[in-house]
Amino acid sequence: MKPFPLQKSTLAILAILIPLLALFVYVALRSGPLAPVPVILTTVEDKAISPALFGIGTVEARYTYKIGPTFSGRLQRLDVQVGDQVKAGQLLGDMDPVDLDQRIRAQDAARQRAKAQLEEAKARHSYARKEAQRYQELLAARSTSEEVASAKEQELQITAAGLQAAQEELSRATAEGRALVAQRTNLQLVAPVAGLVAARHADPGTTLVAGQAVVEIIDPLTLWVNVRIDQTQAQGLAADLPAQIVLRSQRGTSRAGRVLRIEPLADVVTEEMLAKVVFTELPEPLPPVGELAEVTIALPPLAPGPVLPNAAIQRRQGSLGVWQVIKGELHFSKVTLGTADLDGLVQVREGVQTGDQVILYSTNALHDRSRIDVVEELPGIEP
Amino acid sequence: MISLAGRDIMHAWGKFVFTGVGLGLLIGVTLSMAGIYRGMVDDAKVLLDNSGADLWVVQQDTLGPYAEPSSIYEDTWRSIAGMAGVARVANVTYLTMQVRQGQRDVRTMVTGITAGQPGTPGWPPYLVAGRQITRGHYEAVADIAAGFALGDRLQIRRNHYTVVGLTRRMVSSGGDPMIFIPLKDAQEAQFLKDNDAIHQQRRRTTANPAFNRPGSPDLLAAVIASQSSNPYVNAVLVQVKKGHDHEKVAAEIRRWQRLTVYTRSQMEEILVGKLIATSAKQIGMFLVILSIVSAAIVAFIIYTLTLGKIREIAVLKLIGTRNRTIAGLIMQQAIALGVIGFVVGKITATLLMAPIFPKYVLLEPMDSVKGFVAVVVICILASLVAIRAALKVDPAEAIGG
Repeated sequence: MKPFPLQKSTLAILAILIPLLALFVYVALRSGPLAPVPVILTTVEDKAISPALFGIGTVEARYTYKIGPTFSGRLQRLDVQVGDQVKAGQLLGDMDPVDLDQRIRAQDAARQRAKAQLEEAKARHSYARKEAQRYQELLAARSTSEEVASAKEQELQITAAGLQAAQEELSRATAEGRALVAQRTNLQLVAPVAGLVAARHADPGTTLVAGQAVVEIIDPLTLWVNVRIDQTQAQGLAADLPAQIVLRSQRGTSRAGRVLRIEPLADVVTEEMLAKVVFTELPEPLPPVGELAEVTIALPPLAPGPVLPNAAIQRRQGSLGVWQVIKGELHFSKVTLGTADLDGLVQVREGVQTGDQVILYSTNALHDRSRIDVVEELPGIEP
Repeated sequence: MISLAGRDIMHAWGKFVFTGVGLGLLIGVTLSMAGIYRGMVDDAKVLLDNSGADLWVVQQDTLGPYAEPSSIYEDTWRSIAGMAGVARVANVTYLTMQVRQGQRDVRTMVTGITAGQPGTPGWPPYLVAGRQITRGHYEAVADIAAGFALGDRLQIRRNHYTVVGLTRRMVSSGGDPMIFIPLKDAQEAQFLKDNDAIHQQRRRTTANPAFNRPGSPDLLAAVIASQSSNPYVNAVLVQVKKGHDHEKVAAEIRRWQRLTVYTRSQMEEILVGKLIATSAKQIGMFLVILSIVSAAIVAFIIYTLTLGKIREIAVLKLIGTRNRTIAGLIMQQAIALGVIGFVVGKITATLLMAPIFPKYVLLEPMDSVKGFVAVVVICILASLVAIRAALKVDPAEAIGG
């Protein structure tokens, strides 16, 4: 009777204590700094990668025409609004001519006067020529003195000079008249090319300085993207490479384009290279000038070679390398890297071979003596 | 030889085990508190480890970039890179802010990292999923503590970023998860004002006759453009060439670049000694109080357990049991109780308590060993008091005296 309850209670307490002890040993060894680090392995693959460059830029018009007066003055009228399509030579507006019209009229009167003076000079000259001829004949018949005949000759020469002066005066007045008309025309604001009015900076009545833009006209067919790419990531950037353009307002829609040219001047301050990328086909409706765009420029694919995901690469004591598992031991192999693509694959020139197993992910930083536990999925992370 | 203590425990094993479990929970809380304290200090240290830097170059006379704001021109790195003993330099920005994802927002430390390849100072040293940043803009590597998954789109100021990689244990000294984004985006996030502020600033500038002169129409545009530029970073991280003394390189930079430079040990001093000093002391003080209270409770429990058996002890004395045997009985029970309590405490602290804390809890093995020794010592001391009471008992009490 006695031993039975004793045995039962011994069993019960053992049933509690043994799992507790087992759990304790598990906890002490599998958690905290003593626990092995779970890692995921990957294999160095032989693969051809297509590197690409990524940059952001703004939509810009290749040609922007800033139209404004060449003299200071007041804007009299402006007929176009932003968004208007204009033709080459179309009159956009006028500057206030102030007294220019009156001066043209005055100049016209001056020209008429010069014309009248020319008629007068012509009449004098024609009379003087006749007189000179007559006295020449009389002198030949010895009917007049040589002195009178030479006086008539002199009169003829004077009227000829007067005639020439009157002719030149008329040309001067005509030219001055034309100059005023040209100035008057110059006050007209005319579109130099067909295009789109992109900005209207002043309204009628505004006083403008010489050279200040009143309207800006862009040629919408020449929109391009001014792309900036970080200098460290711009290796291989060249003209005529294909590009994908994503406008900020149309995320998810990628448009084809190509690199038109690389700017010979890079940005010194932002340490970026500049390139112009043109659309293969212009988007409809046209993107506004100044819109942000993301541009991915595809570089020619490289020959197949060993590649690694960039997540596997770590720096240790100053050199780049990967953690390899060799016969169950951790080993840090230094590597020399080649070109990388935008999907995170990077070529390995030296250090590991195709087929080598390297550590891709780990839940802690690794050391030479870290214990590792190779798993398929890291705990607590959705693949 | 039958163990008297064992027999007594078997006699009321349920009560004994439950007392042990209760004690264990108390010890578990104490261990967790020690873990919280260690975790705080560790957070500060991993921040320094993860930056991969040997030296931190910051604005003159500041404790930046973690403890104080610091901003230096973004091209400072060029002159530092040219100095003797410098292997690698990288610009970095840190900004603690709310990062939005849909309706949710998370407090994070956004870190701007220089374009380059893995291993550049400032880059996350290892990942748990995805890949490192390859594009110069709009990609992010986030810590799993922030709750983001690969492919998530998150919003920092006015830009959207795609999460391409995940890290673990990359936190700020305050325990906020880090989010790594390209430097140029981070500069924008840090120094660029919101759209309304920019709009208002433009209006103010336009209204200022000094900037908006009728005679020089381009001046206004130039002034506005210069107001929106952001040529600053928070710090330059420097890796020192092998074989060069860190302190010497730091002294050179201090002397010739007129900037403040911190070495790893100085930075640790700033973070642990200044930045988290008060909150660490707060937790530390709580840990001390909790330890004293736990010790007192353990002592009381053992004392009352012994007093509960006073009649049985009297009987033992009556039948002529030696004092040593009785003392052994009480001490063995006390130590057994302590061991069970410690085992339960360690298990609950590790498996149940530590994972539910939002911040990192670091349970160090040495702390556990110290805790075990402390528990056993406290149990022995408490049992001494109980033994004294037990030995003083009058055998007559056994017969209801």
